[in-house]
Amino acid sequence: MRAIGKSFPGVRALADVSIFVRSGEVLALVGENGAGKSTLMKILSGAQPADTGEIFIDGERVRIASPRDAERLGIGMIYQEFTLVPQFDAVANIFLGKEPQRGPFLDDAGARARAAELVAEFGIDIPLDRPVGELSVGIQQLVEIAKALAKNVRVLVMDEPTAALSEREIDRLFEIVATLKGKGVGIVYISHRMEELARVADRVTVLRDGTSIDTRAVTAFPIDEILQAMVGRPVDARFPDLPAVAADAPIRLAVAGLSGRDVRNVGFEVRAGEIVGLGGLVGAGRTEILRAIAGADPAAGSVAVDGKALRARTPAGTIAAGIAFVTEDRKAQGLVLGMSVLANTTLAHLDRFARAFGWLDAPAEERASEEMIERLRIRTPDAAQLVANLSGGTQQKVVLAKWLLGEPRVLLLDEPTRGIDVGAKAEIYELMVGLAKQGVAIVMVSSELPELLGMSHRICVVRQGGIVAEFSRAEASPTNVIAAASGAAA
Amino acid sequence: MNPRLRLIGTILVLLALVIGVNIAAHGSFLEPSNIVRVLRQITYNCILGVGETFTILTAGIDLSIGSLVSLTGVVMALLANSLHLTGFALVSVVLLAGIALGAGAGYVNALPVVRLNLPPFITTLAMMQVALGLSYIVSHGRPVPLNSNAFNSIGIGSFLGGLSAKLHLPALPIPVLWMAVVVIICSLLLEKTRFGRSILALGGNEEAARLAGIAVHRVKTMAYVISGICAAIAGFLYMALFSTGSPQTGTGDEMLNAIAAVVVGGTSLAGGRGTIVGTFFGALLIGLLDNAMNLLNIDSYLQKVVLGAVILLAVALDEIRKRYLAAR
Repeated sequence: MRAIGKSFPGVRALADVSIFVRSGEVLALVGENGAGKSTLMKILSGAQPADTGEIFIDGERVRIASPRDAERLGIGMIYQEFTLVPQFDAVANIFLGKEPQRGPFLDDAGARARAAELVAEFGIDIPLDRPVGELSVGIQQLVEIAKALAKNVRVLVMDEPTAALSEREIDRLFEIVATLKGKGVGIVYISHRMEELARVADRVTVLRDGTSIDTRAVTAFPIDEILQAMVGRPVDARFPDLPAVAADAPIRLAVAGLSGRDVRNVGFEVRAGEIVGLGGLVGAGRTEILRAIAGADPAAGSVAVDGKALRARTPAGTIAAGIAFVTEDRKAQGLVLGMSVLANTTLAHLDRFARAFGWLDAPAEERASEEMIERLRIRTPDAAQLVANLSGGTQQKVVLAKWLLGEPRVLLLDEPTRGIDVGAKAEIYELMVGLAKQGVAIVMVSSELPELLGMSHRICVVRQGGIVAEFSRAEASPTNVIAAASGAAA
Repeated sequence: MNPRLRLIGTILVLLALVIGVNIAAHGSFLEPSNIVRVLRQITYNCILGVGETFTILTAGIDLSIGSLVSLTGVVMALLANSLHLTGFALVSVVLLAGIALGAGAGYVNALPVVRLNLPPFITTLAMMQVALGLSYIVSHGRPVPLNSNAFNSIGIGSFLGGLSAKLHLPALPIPVLWMAVVVIICSLLLEKTRFGRSILALGGNEEAARLAGIAVHRVKTMAYVISGICAAIAGFLYMALFSTGSPQTGTGDEMLNAIAAVVVGGTSLAGGRGTIVGTFFGALLIGLLDNAMNLLNIDSYLQKVVLGAVILLAVALDEIRKRYLAAR
């Protein structure tokens, strides 16, 4: 792609950006949210036209006016959001829209045979005949990849393919990437996870504010310099220092004998000001443990806040007891996208603003949301802005604002920094430290090992719904956490 | 997409239509007496539409409102004839009984929706049949004429007749006043209260609303209860208008027209987005169109075709505008 430019009314999304990827090479494309990565890839895939610039494939100038053109030219995309039909099995999803036919009928046997071939060729281990909606997120990602491969791609764009994957699934993904490289496919790899780059990429291009800042071989591009290029200023240590937890700090959250769907006899305690990380593979039951504590799913066992056992474990009951649950999927569970920042911020604590007959005190709501916007530095023109119009990192801050409005005593965070940019991540880490200093007990689920290790006082590793190992900050290392998570003898 | 912007679009279409038709009808369209006639005609549809707005905002629907108009009308008429009360006491008791019946039917509509997660399309379709059947059973299939004339002033009376005569304006019919009260109360309920915020939140994202501690089941149930109450109020006004409770009142297009008013008024069938004032303007647009076609002597069969096309056009235009704004 050469000298690509694209403007939206009022915004210059891309200015004179050029990138190239060789056959059998992985080019990592990094940059903060809004740097122009997505726009550039949308142009390549034909979803949006470029204003200026040219695209060449194998030296030949091509015109890509629609997704169809892109597909014909052998450009494959794997999006962050899945494009699978959950009720269909993997075979039907892989051939969606280009089903092999025999006469007027679908050729199911042929499709199955070709899917089996494909899966064997790339070593993708997926069940072919189960509805993909029943499969884990990680396996769904593999189905998505198989779907792209079925099109004989020459160029494959992967947009944050590891965001939803566990360490083991990531290893498998990288093996597939290596196979693709061997077959001469050029891969554009978009990621927010710096530590992956050295493992998977050959070269790195950094985008910032719609221009390409620097491109270097990955071996000549240390992570701190990449980060510096992304944000345009030197970045301090990746994780802030955690305040020490006093040995006599009171126990804020006590969980005992918690059992429910995918949760087996979980018990742990969190002291005031302590951050406990829940590690483990995707699907190990970490999210389910948080959901059970927050009353989102029914569960047996006991949950106590400040020594008082909770009676009604429903969302309303746990909120009243001071528990706040920041869910993993902000769009599906955290936000009402069609509502304003204000309405989302006050949603979990409407009783504070309700006067007689349920009348909402609008000025009080406004004051409260303005305060949260300022405190969390939420980048929005005003409180009336619909959250659908905000970037991922900003949306995540709105979710946090919703829960922090209640001054929670216990904060449950499920993948708090997934899919958000480096700057917003740092702000969220700062916020966690600030809350811990105020004595909030924090439980964080994270699939990003560095984050888990860097932001937890203590790490509990979850496997098959139960806590199988516990490490203090000093003991924990990537190897022993992964070993415990995957069930290997430590 | 901001519901207010959608509303402005609807109002602009209305204005253009009004001016065009008025020219074609040689000024008779904008005569005060004609405007009042339109308002009187849209009263019932608007009140039903306001109730329907709540269920549609929860991403549900209430198909039973037409039948509930019949059932509540018949039951209220039978009750009025059997009570030894007169005047205001009779009217209040009958109205409250009708509202209780409508609310009860709404509750029954909601029960399988919130308890068993059944689609409201099915539960309210069943209620549509049940309520209609019941209204025929209790009335033995015949209209029930009112013995008392206590209801006359509500059905056909006017509001501030003396004052409007002095100003050379047509008097405002009482039913129009009822419509105004229903629209204002429900609009405040939706925009300004915790209940309204909860409706919009659960329509926009039910799981997020549930995790925020909103009593999703209770709020949803209330939406169907309000829809039932609005049907009862419409049934009451119809009964007062005709001095009769008839099982045939609600067997026409009541429910479809109410849904049309909601949708034309900018409320999303997917839930979470919409306004009560929008529904009023939706009902007004449909009413004005009806009236304009009558003034212009358009064939009544053709009127149906035009009405259907306008509904489709209004929603399509809205969608196109939404996409245009989203693409910028």
